[in-house]
Amino acid sequence: MSQAFTKVMARNIFYGGSVFFFLLFLALTFDTHTAWPDRDNHENLTGTVAQGKHLWEVNNCIGCHSLLGEGAYFAPELGNAFQRLGGKEGIKGFIMSRPKDGIPGRRSMPQFNFSPEELEAIASFLEYVSGINTANWPPNIQG
Amino acid sequence: MQYKSQAVAKPYFIAAIGLFIGQILFGLILGMQYVVGDFLFPEIPFNVARMVHTNLLIVWLLFGFMGASYYLVPEEAERELFSPLLAHLMFWIFLVAGALTILGYLLVPYATLAELTGNELLPTMGREFLEQPTITKLGIVVVALAFLFNIGMTVLKGRKTVVSLVLLIGLLGLAVFFLFSFYNPDNLVKDKYYWWWVVHLWVEGVWELILGSILAFVLIKTTGVDREVIEKWLYVIIAMTLITGIIGTGHHFYWIGAPEYWQWWGSIFSALEPIPFFMMTVFAFNMINRRRRNHPNKAAVLWAMGTAVMAFLGAGVWGFMHTLAPVNYYTHGTQITAAHGHMAFYGAYVLIVLTMISYAMPMLRGREAAPSNRSQVLEMWSFWLMTVSMVFITLFLTGAGILQVYLQRYSDEPIPFMVAQDKIELFYVMREIAGVVFLIGLILYVASFFVGSRDPEATVAAAGSASA
Repeated sequence: MSQAFTKVMARNIFYGGSVFFFLLFLALTFDTHTAWPDRDNHENLTGTVAQGKHLWEVNNCIGCHSLLGEGAYFAPELGNAFQRLGGKEGIKGFIMSRPKDGIPGRRSMPQFNFSPEELEAIASFLEYVSGINTANWPPNIQG
Repeated sequence: MQYKSQAVAKPYFIAAIGLFIGQILFGLILGMQYVVGDFLFPEIPFNVARMVHTNLLIVWLLFGFMGASYYLVPEEAERELFSPLLAHLMFWIFLVAGALTILGYLLVPYATLAELTGNELLPTMGREFLEQPTITKLGIVVVALAFLFNIGMTVLKGRKTVVSLVLLIGLLGLAVFFLFSFYNPDNLVKDKYYWWWVVHLWVEGVWELILGSILAFVLIKTTGVDREVIEKWLYVIIAMTLITGIIGTGHHFYWIGAPEYWQWWGSIFSALEPIPFFMMTVFAFNMINRRRRNHPNKAAVLWAMGTAVMAFLGAGVWGFMHTLAPVNYYTHGTQITAAHGHMAFYGAYVLIVLTMISYAMPMLRGREAAPSNRSQVLEMWSFWLMTVSMVFITLFLTGAGILQVYLQRYSDEPIPFMVAQDKIELFYVMREIAGVVFLIGLILYVASFFVGSRDPEATVAAAGSASA
């Protein structure tokens, strides 16, 4: 790089640029918070849904599935599972019917032996997720 | 080795390599599960193997960053490390905590691990890459703070260089943004939004500062180019990193319930994120071309050049490929993401740690500057095997991803996920074969520390002819 452009100038661009864009990021984050009430489906965030999210976490569902496109890509997207599997009963039925030893030669989901209340919580969580405004993602029902 | 206390870096590097081997073995298990769906089921389900694979990666890279810091900071500060004892102590704490966490993943069901470790008190588990039990996370914070204190005191009491300052800023950012891993609200949208403050602001933010400063250090040492020149480059590169990368976080906010203006902010700024990586490539090659001396450790220079090129390809090119919102609408959460993840992590962070190990290990093992010729030849073979196989892993995953997007999301009659996966199986078979080649490269890498270890050091002329 040319001599006219000094190390001090480079340093100032680093500090100035970083601070400026971090502050801009904070401002956009603040604005995002104000926009969320219309988008995040919080009105349906019940105690059962919170319990469902907890079960989702402690069973590491994200280790195979994606949720709103984030997670692992080994098993189907679940952000729209509520629609794809035909509502809460469809979700529960699928989870309940997983064979303990898997399906020979196929990707297999473990049998978690959830209680009926736990199944209800997980299905409610996925219903809540399906109501989040995701800017029309995923492109179609297949996720 | 100029300072005695630099020796604490050695166990960190050895642990890093050991965990790297574990990471690759679990990677091969995962690749096999993509081919034979119920491989090792139900003993090691996919999610468990994936946790082990990704968490080992994070932990060994952290070991590598810490080892690199312990090696380079005394030399930059021109004084002994503030407390070698603290560094040793933290090494064992981190290693034991890491090992126990991995064993926990493997030996008990994840839900049981959550119960045993009191996740109820402060639930933080079960989110991608942040699967560690809350107590492990607290342990990471303690280790990070003790480490920062040790490094910070060494820098403060000694010579302050741009290299050590940038490293310190990067490490500080690493510790600060990790704190967001303790924020886990019931509201999924907020949970995801702030999860990215750890994940994105680490790998596309502060980790790049660490990467830049380690690369600058190795280039100063191996090329003999004036420090002033290298430091100016370093500032410009990290300036571009944060100017593009902070708002670039927006490319993760398109489809998770955040306002839609993020599609503009995220697309524009993350489209600029390849710039600092490209500058890094130009920087490394420029410095090596303008070198004032030939360093006898040719292997270390090869790793450094590899970092500069592969980071640009993996993070820059493969990142740009799917970062624009209209493209990402189709590619989000597919094998395209996996392809990018693999080459970006390998190119940027695996290679910079291996660069540093390659440069520092000869001195840590009592040599003047370089391993023997035979050892270097083997090391360079391992570089090419691992790098070329990673290129193929990335290409096969990209092929799988393009087909997946078309079949499942783009064609007139989209087909279900599992049906699409069956149709692209060939790419997963090829990826697994490339993975086996990667493992062979890794075995040669480990062997390079033992082969020729009693031979005399490579000299500039001899090393030159070995690589010709």
